[in-house]
Amino acid sequence: MLLASRRKVNKYFIAGLIMTGLAVFCGILGFFWTPYGTSAMSDDRFCAPSPGHLFGTDNFGRDIFSRVMQGMGTTILVSVLVVIFSAAAGIILGALTGYFGGVLDEIVMRVTDAVNGFPSILLALVAVSVLGQGRINLILSLGVVFSPSYIRIVRSEYLRLRDADYIKRARLMGVGKMRILFVHILPNILPVFGVSVMIGLNNAILAESGMSYLGIGVQPPDASLGNMLSDAQGFLQMAPWYALAPGLSIVWLVLGFSLLSEGIRRFGE
Amino acid sequence: MRYLAKKLITLIMTLFLVSAAAFLAFQVIPGDVVTSILGTEATPEMEEKLREELGLNKPPVVRYFDWVGDVLRGDLGVSYRYSKNMNEMLPVAELIGGKLPVTLWLAALSLVLIVAVSVPLGVFWAKSGSRVMDAVLGVATQTAMAVPSFFLGILVTYLLGIVLGLFAPGGYVSYKEDFGGFLRYLFFPALSVAIPKIAMTARFLRNSMLTEMNADYVRTAYSKGCTKRRVMYGHVLRNALMPVVTFLGMIMAEIVAGSIVVEQVFGLPGIGRLLISSINNRDFPVVEILILYITFVVIFVYFFVDILYRMIDPRISEK
Repeated sequence: MLLASRRKVNKYFIAGLIMTGLAVFCGILGFFWTPYGTSAMSDDRFCAPSPGHLFGTDNFGRDIFSRVMQGMGTTILVSVLVVIFSAAAGIILGALTGYFGGVLDEIVMRVTDAVNGFPSILLALVAVSVLGQGRINLILSLGVVFSPSYIRIVRSEYLRLRDADYIKRARLMGVGKMRILFVHILPNILPVFGVSVMIGLNNAILAESGMSYLGIGVQPPDASLGNMLSDAQGFLQMAPWYALAPGLSIVWLVLGFSLLSEGIRRFGE
Repeated sequence: MRYLAKKLITLIMTLFLVSAAAFLAFQVIPGDVVTSILGTEATPEMEEKLREELGLNKPPVVRYFDWVGDVLRGDLGVSYRYSKNMNEMLPVAELIGGKLPVTLWLAALSLVLIVAVSVPLGVFWAKSGSRVMDAVLGVATQTAMAVPSFFLGILVTYLLGIVLGLFAPGGYVSYKEDFGGFLRYLFFPALSVAIPKIAMTARFLRNSMLTEMNADYVRTAYSKGCTKRRVMYGHVLRNALMPVVTFLGMIMAEIVAGSIVVEQVFGLPGIGRLLISSINNRDFPVVEILILYITFVVIFVYFFVDILYRMIDPRISEK
């Protein structure tokens, strides 16, 4: 909020903050407490949304709101870990290739060229089919798939700052290479990097829910927004709320993060 | 020309990299294919015979080059999972052949929808200049971009299929039987793939037009006495469309990916569903060929867009 008080607060930022704040709160809460047990079945099948069951119940009589909370938590957790993994890889490889150039740079650039512009969900599918299914492998696969875009962004920033005057001075003063890379340059690329992290988070949410929808991501009985949607699809006529609840939650999350990133971007201008 | 040659070399290198990665990745996976085909009760002799037949007894690198050679000659190998009958394995080419048109038509129809809707929408948006319209379209496109295509598919199924009864969900008609009915059914999946991209492209075109409207040549055109209409369509739109062509080429990969996911929602028998089931069944020869094929389509589209871009904008090739 420090940022917000210094510059003009914009409505994108506020709307995004409220939307993501609510979603993250529900998701984190979902790890510890949900109104009903997430796999507790009951005889109240296909109840329409009511005060007792906010989003209704599903084909096993499970409370959909509780499952959405858990699914939201899973989706956010997986996406955040994916972004941390790929952003870390991006910073390390991007810094080394951008600052030093050379053979490593050539190799890394050719590989990212090949990976970039390739449908990310397809690559992740391949990675999962090699590594096997499950939550950890999903995070690893998506992490690898999302790294190249971060590498490119970080690399171009390091390339730009490599010959800046203050870096030249630091070099002359005998500052160590690692210190220049991660103490002198890194803080200066964070504004640019921050926006791409937010966009990456969005893509990770979409990819995770897409893969879980296809049955290749998070596996049942763990609730994930994607696999809830694919379960719900068979009951569309009978219980449309079953599909709407997880689907709209994904939209809510993605919209919230994209408004937030738009808001942050406008701070920078 | 030199540029073209350089591009072509990159293209071939990418294909080589992807094919090697796709092939070798599946060699390190634990689990024996032979056991999974024959079951655990097969005799060692039977296993040895099948191994020989599938070429699994050679080292991976040799097998890779054998495989590439076969693929280049048009022999795509056999599926581990599906078979024609007890004694004959089903060639991958036959398995894919019938499904390919479904996915290609879906992607093509989506692209047509994207262009047909987003260009007029973007132009209208750039021209309108009203604050209310700006806000409405801004919110609408931002929301449309946040909807993943598979959820959109479910929404389309529910709203247009079940509530309004415009089509019968799951009522896919094969293109071999009734091509018109096939396209009619395909319209709805294509809509699901297209809507988020329409929002993106319209926003992109609008921004591109707003930038162009401030350019010097626009003032010149006005001062020469051109009408607003002529300036808009003859000058601004022409220039603003160029980056849009590149943009469309870039999202082509996503359209293909979107088609693959949406096939699952609408029960279309395309290569997307085949890919998913092959991954689940560990039918690697099919997965390898599909990856190679999709890669080929995607990089060919990039290549094509690049050339197209050079043709419509001579400024680039002079550099």
